Amino acid sequence: MQELKALIEKEIRLEWRQRYALNGMILYIVSTVFVCYISFALKIKGIEPITWNTLLWIILLFTAVNSITKSFTQERAGRQLYYYTLASPQGIILSKIIYNIVLLLTLSLIGLFIYIVFLGNPVQNLVMYLTAIVLGAIGFSSTLTMVAGIASKAENTSTLMAVLSFPIILPMLSMLIRLSKNAMDGLEWNTSYDEILILLAIDAIVIAISYLLFPFLWRS
Amino acid sequence: MKKTWWKILCVVILLYTIIQGLGGIVPRQPILNETIRNVYFHVPLWFGMMTLMTASVWFAIKYLRNGNIQDDEYSVEFANVAIFFGILGFMTGSLWGQYTWGDWLPKDPKIIAVEVGLLIYSSYFILRSSFEDEQRKARLSAIYNIFAFATFIPLVWILPRLTDSLHPGNGGNPAFGKYDMDNSMRMVFYPAIIGWTLLGVWITSLRIRLRVIERLGSN
Repeated sequence: MQELKALIEKEIRLEWRQRYALNGMILYIVSTVFVCYISFALKIKGIEPITWNTLLWIILLFTAVNSITKSFTQERAGRQLYYYTLASPQGIILSKIIYNIVLLLTLSLIGLFIYIVFLGNPVQNLVMYLTAIVLGAIGFSSTLTMVAGIASKAENTSTLMAVLSFPIILPMLSMLIRLSKNAMDGLEWNTSYDEILILLAIDAIVIAISYLLFPFLWRS
Repeated sequence: MKKTWWKILCVVILLYTIIQGLGGIVPRQPILNETIRNVYFHVPLWFGMMTLMTASVWFAIKYLRNGNIQDDEYSVEFANVAIFFGILGFMTGSLWGQYTWGDWLPKDPKIIAVEVGLLIYSSYFILRSSFEDEQRKARLSAIYNIFAFATFIPLVWILPRLTDSLHPGNGGNPAFGKYDMDNSMRMVFYPAIIGWTLLGVWITSLRIRLRVIERLGSN
């Protein structure tokens, strides 16, 4: 527990010292939203709710992939070796996952806010929509952290990151889009329990598997 | 004889399947008509693919536990043949879809799941090709194999059951076993599953041997 806390603190401090990376991510999401705004909203008045929803999730997915790719590459190999002697691999992966959840949550909330400002707000049940965002942040960050660990060992990290993560994130993404569609239509909560339960289950599976597999990854 | 009995079994079963599949008597069903014969080919290919994928993950886990490079070779070749079976299943399914649902590729959760599965294994091979070092390649691809399998399983088994699907047994459609297949069809269907799976294992074992010979030759 102590170790976990120290490691998360280290991640946050590291991020704070290189603020340009964080600012870069925020700018990334803002400019992507702006591109969508220019492409959609200027010409045609309004945008279909389904397009609104899907577009937001695609933006969030790309933001997540881009921001998590650097999880393992921003520190040099020598420093990683140093952590290897200090901390347990389980501590490292959990701290990275938790840190990435916080990071993604921040980015997605900023993204959602800007998106609503530019493209309007067709969401009727905002609490459920935010639940979808939270579940999405947890799921994306746990999956992508592990994939980033795998991809960082290879030369062409960024290509590999996209290629490896998209197929395994698809089931989660389709569930998220369905849940957030329910939220947009303002359906009752009990119609979406299935989706929430499945998302929680997928998140749990992914975190458990990362916890078990990361020691093997860390060793190489 | 000890080691070849299952190959003989495989040939016999597949001959039986093909003869029965093309010439046997099948029940007349609306819409399905004669295409119901495809059940001997399309469905067992999926069963075979799932078995081969499971075997691939099994050897990946085994490799991570003991670091024996031979387990990695098993894992790769099982994945390879699983993809091959997946493509065959995809093609037979698409042919079947054209004649029953009127579309080569209808939007169906199971078809999407399989497309994702093929994507996953393609990226598995891209991952493999981006490493030079053998042990490293083996370890990272084993990790990805297990990780992807764990997320692929809910996709195949849970999602199609929640949404509307054209496939029997999903989204309120009755399963094939219920009343489409009579007993004489089952007599062919169950052996067909075993036969196609055995064929997959046979192809895999030949490919593994080839790989081992290449490895020993290069040393």
